[in-house]
Amino acid sequence: MTTETLTPQDHGAPDMDNMRKIAMWAFLGSECLFFGSLITTFLVYRTRVGDGPSASDVFDIPFTSVSSFILLMSSLTMVLAHYSSVRKDWRQMRVWLLATALLGMVFLAGQVFEFTEFVDHGLTVTTSPFGSSFFVLTGFHGAHVAIGVLMLVATAFMSYSGRLSDGEGMNVEIIGLYWHFVDIVWIVIFTVVYLLQV
Amino acid sequence: MATVNPPMEAAQSDAPSRTGVWTWLTTTDHKKIGLLYGGSAIVFFVVGGIEALLIRVQLATPNGEFLSADAYNQMFTMHATTMVFLVVMPAAAAFTNYFLPLLIGARDVAFPRLNAFSYWVFLFGGLFLTSSFFLGGAPDGGWFGYAPLSSQLNEVVRMDYWALGLQIVGLASLLASVNFITTMFTMRAPGMTLMRMPVFAWMALVVNFLLLFSLPIITVGLIQVFLDRNLGTLFFDAANGGDPILWQHLFWLFGHPEVYILILPAMGIVSEVLPTFSRKPLFGRSFVIFSGIAIGFMGFGVWAHHMFTAGLGPVAEAAFALTTMFIAVPTGVKIFNWLGTVWGGSVRLATPMLFSLGFIAMFVIGGLSGVTHSVAPADWQQHDTYYVVAHFHYVLFGGAVLGLMAGMYYWWPKITGKLLDERLGKIHFWLILAGFNLTFAPMHILGLNGMPRRTYRYPEGLGFEFWNFLATLGSFLIAVSMLVLFWNMFRTWRRGEVAGPDPWDGRTLEWTISSPPPEHNFDRIPVVEHEDDFWYRKYSTADDGTSVAIDPPPDMEVEPEANIHLPSPSFYPVLTGSGMFVTLMGLVYVPWGLVAVGVGALITMWGLFGWSMEPITREDH
Repeated sequence: MTTETLTPQDHGAPDMDNMRKIAMWAFLGSECLFFGSLITTFLVYRTRVGDGPSASDVFDIPFTSVSSFILLMSSLTMVLAHYSSVRKDWRQMRVWLLATALLGMVFLAGQVFEFTEFVDHGLTVTTSPFGSSFFVLTGFHGAHVAIGVLMLVATAFMSYSGRLSDGEGMNVEIIGLYWHFVDIVWIVIFTVVYLLQV
Repeated sequence: MATVNPPMEAAQSDAPSRTGVWTWLTTTDHKKIGLLYGGSAIVFFVVGGIEALLIRVQLATPNGEFLSADAYNQMFTMHATTMVFLVVMPAAAAFTNYFLPLLIGARDVAFPRLNAFSYWVFLFGGLFLTSSFFLGGAPDGGWFGYAPLSSQLNEVVRMDYWALGLQIVGLASLLASVNFITTMFTMRAPGMTLMRMPVFAWMALVVNFLLLFSLPIITVGLIQVFLDRNLGTLFFDAANGGDPILWQHLFWLFGHPEVYILILPAMGIVSEVLPTFSRKPLFGRSFVIFSGIAIGFMGFGVWAHHMFTAGLGPVAEAAFALTTMFIAVPTGVKIFNWLGTVWGGSVRLATPMLFSLGFIAMFVIGGLSGVTHSVAPADWQQHDTYYVVAHFHYVLFGGAVLGLMAGMYYWWPKITGKLLDERLGKIHFWLILAGFNLTFAPMHILGLNGMPRRTYRYPEGLGFEFWNFLATLGSFLIAVSMLVLFWNMFRTWRRGEVAGPDPWDGRTLEWTISSPPPEHNFDRIPVVEHEDDFWYRKYSTADDGTSVAIDPPPDMEVEPEANIHLPSPSFYPVLTGSGMFVTLMGLVYVPWGLVAVGVGALITMWGLFGWSMEPITREDH
């Protein structure tokens, strides 16, 4: 490592991009344990359905497969947004950012639809430990997607005022890290919760 | 600040005022935030100490009438919660905040406003927890909040205060850990390689990784408890298929790393104090560092030894008994390294050194009684008795608190510029050592004789009277010793001996600058060439291994750098924190509290929005 990278503050301009990236990685490390605990809780409770419906009674695998595919595609558009920001093609970057946000919102709409279906089938957070752990796990994942959508939209609009180009505001690469992480968590949830049924 | 520093003065002239409440509310200076943490920890220490004294008064005689069973439950719950989350953790955060940047040669932490935010969230969380005493009763389900004691709705709000309060205090620590980890990876001075970092900084790094990975686990558990209580979920409702044992796993998977979160900062402090007062480098320095890392990893693999009586089965119990015995190895390594450091050194028995030696002795006793718990069959006998209380007070009071006291005496002159009175310091040390042993040593005997924990009275004639009376006597001796400390602090603050930059003949970078340090810490960022860099600027090593003072002594005065960028003060961290406080208060009193939740959320969003729009440094680009 050069002296340059060790003492950013020595030159009056802290290397904020690098710091934020490390901070985001640290935070995502913490998030692994957060979702890990939620998924573990679900695994303990997935067969404890009481008198309520079980997983195979309510899950609609083809539907959730489609919404999972949509969320995965949003990772592709996120990569394209980052690539555009590296080339400083701000117009294209905004397009891909908003496309990513849109795909995220479609996924969320699918989740809301799915939740209402399940409630109609008689599965709520108070039905059984299975219901409690399912809704709390997927609900927290959905909240993470929603926060990601907010960050994407905010970044797209902030780039209009030129804030992104001089390094202020949130960095597209950092949002990308977050977004890909939330996607990967969904791959685990989809596998463990939906596909691995007894 | 009398330092001649034109750019700094110019930068400050536009600030409205440099003193007063507003400065403290909006500060982003890591040293001021460190002092805020320290001051809060002392206040909460008094609160938690009074709770402990009330417990001891109740237990002084058989069939105590002083506290009702209900009040007693609140006292032991809040005593533990306060001491763990509102005293030892923020006291460690105080030292980390104040000294981490100084030790690694930086001007601040990576995210100064996030740092201020962590403090305010912690303070509001602490006030939130403590305010429960006046708002319907304090939490009464134990600091571990075992379900279903914590999750059933047998009274309205008490364990809501606990679940939400811990959540928010945990958030503060989580944000701080992200901040410190980033600081240590990106802001070390030139030449300060990771292995040249002072051992205190290393232990802080391990602690912050432990916080980073253990807090989310308790976060999930607390969310589940809160939802069980308020939304009717069935996570821990055994009648409907829920499993209270899951709570124990989630809690102790956090709770055991937490034990190391509490002790490692003290180990770091002692590893700084012993070399300074023995005038020798730390013996086996890299071994101490790697032992700390090993403790960090292994700390995640021993949690079920808290659950030996929960019925996990012989295989799990044998496995966790073995891992628990193994984790004593890296801890033992450190003990021998500290002894090796003192061995053959020119030892000065100043107060920080006395506290460090006391730390080693008391921690060894607590460690050994801990190893006796690792033997599962023996633990079945000791579980929930005063033997366990004796054990963890020897590691947390005899260990963590004495270590933090050593740090306070050691760094006080750097923080205030005045030396604490040595005579009063020594009186404090011997009083607290005597009081501590008088209080907790009898509990070994009480526990082995079968006195259970968490019972508010005991009958006559079981042989508990004498030892309990002794313990109560000891606890008041501890209180008296603390009064000596407070008197010492007050007196030397007013008219103490001026310390100068390097009163202890120190080894690390913080002693190269004035006491108290200037706002920008270093006039020039130091270039580090050696571990214990400052020592090797002052001393060369002769052929026979002794240190020879370099003549003339090094001149640490340097021409200040032009254009030092410091973070500007910000009002938004405290605003955002207060918004979260209002939200929490509302969440306790759902449904009508939802109004407060809304108001709090609006304040929080206002704070976050203003925060993200605010320029980072004082200067315009």
